[in-house]
Amino acid sequence: MTFAHPVRAGLLSAAVGLAAIAGFADMALAQATATAPAVADKGDTAWMLTSTLLVLLMIVPGLALFYGGLVRSKNMLSVLTQVLAVACLSMLMWVAIGYSLAFTEGSPFIGGFAKSFLAGVAKDTVNSGGTIPEYVFFAFQMTFASITPALALGAFAERTKFSATLLFALLWGILVYYPIAHMVWQSDGYLMKLGALDFAGGTVVHINAGIAGLVGALIVGKRVGFGKDLMAPHSLTLTFTGGALLWIGWFGFNAGSALAANDVAALALVNTLLATAAAALSWMFVEWAAKGKASLLGTVSGVIAGLVAITPAAGLVGPIGGIVLGLVGGAVSFFFCTTVKNAFGYDDTADVFGVHGVAGIVGSIGTGVFVSASLGGVGVENYDMATQVWNQIVAVIIAIVWCGVISAIIFKVIDLTIGLRPATDAEREGLDITDHGERAYNM
Amino acid sequence: MKIVMAIIKPFKLDEVRDALTSLGIHGLTVTEVRGYGRQKGHTEIYRGAEYAVSFLPKVKIEVAVPGDQVERVIGAIVSAAKTGQIGDGKIFVMSLEHAVRIRTGEADADAL
Repeated sequence: MTFAHPVRAGLLSAAVGLAAIAGFADMALAQATATAPAVADKGDTAWMLTSTLLVLLMIVPGLALFYGGLVRSKNMLSVLTQVLAVACLSMLMWVAIGYSLAFTEGSPFIGGFAKSFLAGVAKDTVNSGGTIPEYVFFAFQMTFASITPALALGAFAERTKFSATLLFALLWGILVYYPIAHMVWQSDGYLMKLGALDFAGGTVVHINAGIAGLVGALIVGKRVGFGKDLMAPHSLTLTFTGGALLWIGWFGFNAGSALAANDVAALALVNTLLATAAAALSWMFVEWAAKGKASLLGTVSGVIAGLVAITPAAGLVGPIGGIVLGLVGGAVSFFFCTTVKNAFGYDDTADVFGVHGVAGIVGSIGTGVFVSASLGGVGVENYDMATQVWNQIVAVIIAIVWCGVISAIIFKVIDLTIGLRPATDAEREGLDITDHGERAYNM
Repeated sequence: MKIVMAIIKPFKLDEVRDALTSLGIHGLTVTEVRGYGRQKGHTEIYRGAEYAVSFLPKVKIEVAVPGDQVERVIGAIVSAAKTGQIGDGKIFVMSLEHAVRIRTGEADADAL
């Protein structure tokens, strides 16, 4: 990175240095705590503007196509519409109350309403402790808040009413996402103060979505005909396309979580390539050995598992540590999506828990190990591996319990009010016709 | 008049069409179908879900022929569509009561 202005370079170096001393648990996350120049840095801002767009690309059309291709053609539009609508709803919720509840000081569990509708934030306000306009930080975080509920939807796709998914997104964002984002990424958050590390959202996004998806899949119940009818993906071509867009967009998700165009972002970019490739091959070879063939769906699922596993670790672990996380994440996710899921017999349509939940747990705990400077990571002040891993485990458990319990209540409330499922006949006919009055393919 | 319906392997379609053309048959209807007989299907695996798919893609040909041509048509289809492997298909012959050429109104033998 070159600087036209040596003073600014010095200030930025001092900011990074101070942040390093302050403790990496506070640094490379959504909330930087170092002293910073009061003027936005053009390089950082340009990168963060780009990162925001990249994460939006992950939602539309990345995630939408990834999930859409996995369902039957009669439900394709329902998946696309649910993802799109939930994302847009989440954005408006974010500006209204979400940003404030997540990213202002309050209690260890939730912030306050001081920044509702961006009160007090002007276009030239610089992100606290950072080098980017607060508008950019707000927008970047908004895309995270929007993709997380959309991720959960895949688990109970093909048998959940559109109205139920909207109500889920509304209640879950407020009661689960904002508190957990606050706890993990805000300086007075309970898990931040505990010292748990989550670089780009392994807990906040992926474990959260995975657990919400699993709970939803269990409470909504299985698809009619599950286990008997042929429910093969209607277009793995689209799933591949969506997966590719997810990988590209994830560079915004991970490298953008450095909140700056710097060496941390570069490390995150390298990890987002290597861990992903490792996980893809890991899943692919394990499947080849176990089932006799390497499948496209398996390989692209390995890609996603690797991306999820490296998400909490992207700017914290070294490249070799990243590769190990990818190899393990890919293999463990494969095991959960096949053996464990079939043993329990639950219907997780898009394997949201098996991929996002499981790889998120692997990556989050693994971050505690591979952040160690002796293993190539960036290191943590007063690092003790056992303590750090324990902190990671505690954070994971708290997130699982908070999300699991509250998600269960939310689904039950929706079930008892507007209902979760369409009528059986409507489900058989397909949600595109019954929820949306449209057909995806008129050929 | 008869309708000769043949279920054949998809890649044999062009050969069968050529064989019928050389007999003077200049029209037929083709549908893509799925079916099974003695040929087994395959297993598809999508992450944890395994499906035994017994329906295989086939092509159905329907051609209307005068009664005296039926044996020659069957013979032509059999020799063109046969591979000797299980799954070559079957031929069914059905009575055809009436036929009309829409453009001209010609009927029965003149319509074929």
